[in-house]
Amino acid sequence: MPRSVLQHLAGWGLYPTEPCRVYRPAKLREVRQLLNGCDGSTYISRGLGRSYGDAALNRQDACGGGGVILHDQLDRLIAFDPQTNVLEAEAGLSFDTIIDVFLRRGVFCPVTPGTKYVTLGGAIAADVHGKNQHRDGSIGSFIIDFELLTASGEVLTCSRRQNPDVFWATIGGMGLTGVIRSARLRMLPVESAYLTIEYRRLANLDDLLDRLSEDDDRYRYSVAWIDCLAGGKSLGRSILMRGDHTPVADLSADLRNDPFAVPTRRKLAVPFFLPRFVLNPLSVKAFNALYYARASGGGDKTAVVDYDSFFYPLDSIMNWNRMYGKRGFLQYQAALPPQSSRAGLIQLLEKLVASKRASFLAVLKTFGPGNDGLLSFPMAGHTLSLDLANTGGELFGLLDELDRIVVEHGGRVYLAKDARMTRQTFEAMYPNTDAFGQVKSKVDPNGLFSSSLGRRLGLAPGPMERSG
Amino acid sequence: MTGHVLILGATSGIARAIASRLAAQRQPGHKLILAGRDMDEVNRIATDLQVRHGAEVSQVEFDALAFDRHAAFFAECVDQSDDNLTGVVLCYGTMADQDQGEYNFEQIHRMIEVNYSSAVSILNLAAQYFEQKRQGFICALSSVAADRGRPSNYLYGSTKAALSTYLEGLRARLAKAGVHVVTVKPGPVDTAMTWGLAVAGPLADPDRVAADVCRAIRKRKNVVYSPWFWRPIMAAIRMIPQCIFKRMKL
Repeated sequence: MPRSVLQHLAGWGLYPTEPCRVYRPAKLREVRQLLNGCDGSTYISRGLGRSYGDAALNRQDACGGGGVILHDQLDRLIAFDPQTNVLEAEAGLSFDTIIDVFLRRGVFCPVTPGTKYVTLGGAIAADVHGKNQHRDGSIGSFIIDFELLTASGEVLTCSRRQNPDVFWATIGGMGLTGVIRSARLRMLPVESAYLTIEYRRLANLDDLLDRLSEDDDRYRYSVAWIDCLAGGKSLGRSILMRGDHTPVADLSADLRNDPFAVPTRRKLAVPFFLPRFVLNPLSVKAFNALYYARASGGGDKTAVVDYDSFFYPLDSIMNWNRMYGKRGFLQYQAALPPQSSRAGLIQLLEKLVASKRASFLAVLKTFGPGNDGLLSFPMAGHTLSLDLANTGGELFGLLDELDRIVVEHGGRVYLAKDARMTRQTFEAMYPNTDAFGQVKSKVDPNGLFSSSLGRRLGLAPGPMERSG
Repeated sequence: MTGHVLILGATSGIARAIASRLAAQRQPGHKLILAGRDMDEVNRIATDLQVRHGAEVSQVEFDALAFDRHAAFFAECVDQSDDNLTGVVLCYGTMADQDQGEYNFEQIHRMIEVNYSSAVSILNLAAQYFEQKRQGFICALSSVAADRGRPSNYLYGSTKAALSTYLEGLRARLAKAGVHVVTVKPGPVDTAMTWGLAVAGPLADPDRVAADVCRAIRKRKNVVYSPWFWRPIMAAIRMIPQCIFKRMKL
């Protein structure tokens, strides 16, 4: 039997922290051995732990549970076809490594979240989206197929044609259908490591939404940073950043020689938990005002920036999540459908401004249509994401109120960022939970795969309900 | 001149990191022969190196405990290299549970066979080959545990001490033929072997150890510690006299 370690694990938001039995298989067959254990344990796969809440946690309690399978050793490349740009790899492979190995060969991740420290398997399980969701969809759109190790020990190949029900339950399925062993992903051909980005300052939410509906489809990437401390007439004042990969011909002469080279920077690190007073409403307000002033200082502009600074600004600060102190923080990301998104966004932002809570980072972007993933997050409209320091009870009250606004406007909250939503709220937001339950009981009738999030939202049976 | 490097125990965490570094080296590029027992895993790692680095990699099945097949195995590796083997890196090893081992010899016997007997068997063959060629290198992973017999880890440590002494003798013998022998003594490394164990000192990243191994091979070092700080630490620990050492809790 593979060895496990009892660890107190948390997601990237550092809330909640729970005791889990952590396994770290170095060989694929060890994963199967583990699942055949038949000791009443449940398991969830964990990649690089970048989901914010309890998606990759599996609290161990008196009734069992508790197994967390790390995938960092199961990260082998299997094939790359330079003709079709199709990459096949094991699920533990990180986007960081993918970019490291393949950018020089002229391809980039077709969809990337705001960190490159995610794994292929984790990206599929959360159906991650990026700044190009409005045009290209989420990662699910680029997954050709994957191999899923199910509870029975069978390896299912899942694609749009083969086992399509399991395919669409697993894309966005938060790891609850089985262990993704490997996947095939269609990469995006690019000519350089750079992006040409237009920066535009917008005075308020209406200006921003007008601009987005006007010409957002012209840009592959689009995202707006919002100063969510500005209220009244300036509610939603923001900086809109949009652009695409830079063709070689548009690079300056010195970059053209080696269009895929990016200067390596020294990584900064937050070596310990900062005390809570560092990020207070005043300091965040100052930061937000400064950021807005700096970006708008030169007026609207266009710049060529490297992929690291555009996609992964926070990756250059290791453990930036410690900025929020030991109690961690909560991310809140909601999507709202087009017909109600303006009204919903105003209510959400007003609620936030009124609470005088500073979100260090607030981001808004257009969403294009979602895919057939049963629990996939993106839906046509707009999405707003916030991160808020964990200040305990009152914050949770505020988030419940935000939930209510989102439900009233026909929207939903992103599971990969959630740590506290109730099952009732979740079911009101996601229309396909029953369909997911049917696939789940087909491929995992005894509830071998479970997580703290799965039990909280009723997607996986609790230890008492398991029949196995 | 580019030759083939044979990696014994290619599925271990450190071996994977070493293979990746050797495959990524461009000048001179190494071709690799990966040898291990679990061929499914060996094949996966070989494919990964091919896709990742465009490396030339072949695979041969190797069971350290099948002594009678070692000669045939080594001949096959020589064959695969077109009689151009330039180095052997021995990466495998096992660590039996010390507490159980004090009462159960079966496990300890197996550990001795894997860590010491099989290494002697296979490296004797490699030594003979390189001696005749009058070139090449042999590199093997020992351990800081070889330097002193600590009550918590002396069974494992003694197998690595035997290996270290063997390598020392081999180095002296092969030096005349221009063949180099490297002994690497890593501290605890973050691999499957140490996962979930309480170990002395910080866990080193396998890639850091791999970097030290590759540098040691390139610079023809004799004995290297990895990470480097284990050298002064072990030098100090080796100086503690027996009368004090036996009373220490280590």
